Amino acid sequence: MLLPRITPCLLVHKKGLVKTVKFKDPKYVGDPINAVKIFNEKEVDELIVIDIDATANNREPDFELIKNLALESRMPLCYGGGVTTVEQARKIISLGAEKVAISAKAISNPEIIPLIARAIGTQSVVVVLDVQKKGLFGKYELVTHNATKSTGKNPVEFAKKMESLGVGEILLNSVDKDGEMKGYDLQLIEQIRSAVNVPLTVLGGAGSLDDIKNVINKFGVIGVAAGSLFVFKGKYRAVLINYPNREEKAKLFN
Amino acid sequence: MIALIDYGSGNINAIANIYKRLNIEFEATKDPHKLQKAQKLILPGVGDFDETMELLNNLGIVETLNELVVEKKIPILGVCVGMQILGESSEEGKIKGFGWIKGKVRKIDEALLKTKPHLPHMGWNTVNPVKKDPVFENVNKNNGFYFLHSYYFDCENQEDILATSDYGKTFASAIKHENVYGFQFHPEKSHQNGVELFKNFANI
Repeated sequence: MLLPRITPCLLVHKKGLVKTVKFKDPKYVGDPINAVKIFNEKEVDELIVIDIDATANNREPDFELIKNLALESRMPLCYGGGVTTVEQARKIISLGAEKVAISAKAISNPEIIPLIARAIGTQSVVVVLDVQKKGLFGKYELVTHNATKSTGKNPVEFAKKMESLGVGEILLNSVDKDGEMKGYDLQLIEQIRSAVNVPLTVLGGAGSLDDIKNVINKFGVIGVAAGSLFVFKGKYRAVLINYPNREEKAKLFN
Repeated sequence: MIALIDYGSGNINAIANIYKRLNIEFEATKDPHKLQKAQKLILPGVGDFDETMELLNNLGIVETLNELVVEKKIPILGVCVGMQILGESSEEGKIKGFGWIKGKVRKIDEALLKTKPHLPHMGWNTVNPVKKDPVFENVNKNNGFYFLHSYYFDCENQEDILATSDYGKTFASAIKHENVYGFQFHPEKSHQNGVELFKNFANI
């Protein structure tokens, strides 16, 4: 039986690992390679690593970092941040990542998606939707560049378009819920899940394993990603990398 | 020595890392002379069927591999697309596979998937051995293996199926014909279960 995926999402900023709140105030939580080693020991389902500086600083992915992450990772690895060309995507896969996440470039130039899919296979192309509520009525809107740029685009329409162009997965990230640890935006997830058939991974808001269980109860086989939950412990947010063991995980699936 | 066939597939590093930690002698190579000296071969793979066959054709090692696998019966293990190209052809492309195991690679039928998600088949799934084989020694069935694919190997001979998994329907997730093994899942990204498989293959 195919199981839901529980996926830590790590953010890289100035070569260190950080955690943000609503995409702001990055707090240093440790060394990326060391974190990968700990997650290996904990036998996590998958790992997502996003370089939050690359697109914001208009630079290409840090291939040395990706190489070292992939070399160390004994679980499937998805890399995102600053990917704008077919060649970069190909190189990231050749360095040993399983998936490449694309965000800003997919929005500014959607035609690149089928080209990347042809080069690395549809199954390895992930599109990231950073979604924020905007305006008086709190309409969902796609944002980019660490939520500093609005796009005016509707996430549901965009998700459908991405599916038709050939992506293997959608990573749905709620800016409003990021770092809040008060639960996922189930309404947003529902909108995207009902619009597309491809695998979906949701991020933003996990504060407890119960929050993850809620998502799985409602959506079945889905990827449930979290940042803060897996790097902080306790109400004072002490840095401690953690992940449910097999027994705890099995309880989330029932 | 186990030769990891180095034609540019990304997952070769992860496999190399596992053998390094196990202290088992291996070499990542595309040199026909070195391939000739290997006791075992591993054919990694991520991505597209045609692109993979093209890369191998361009390296000019297909003839060597045929000689080693068909005539000398050197054990070979294909992973993911590396398994698919053991077959004769694929619905994904036009180029011929090695044909060492009889069968065609087909797209998973989305109409059989009653709930979301559909394709690709992505994540941890159960692998059920249908035959006893040393390659599954010490593998914990409950922990499963990681899959990432939209195509599957449709075996012509049912006796070549080593293990099955379910996604829409039951398909062959591990196959074996004489000295040729194929795994559809990614043992190199499947934690301890994967390590056991690579260790077992080395000891065959």
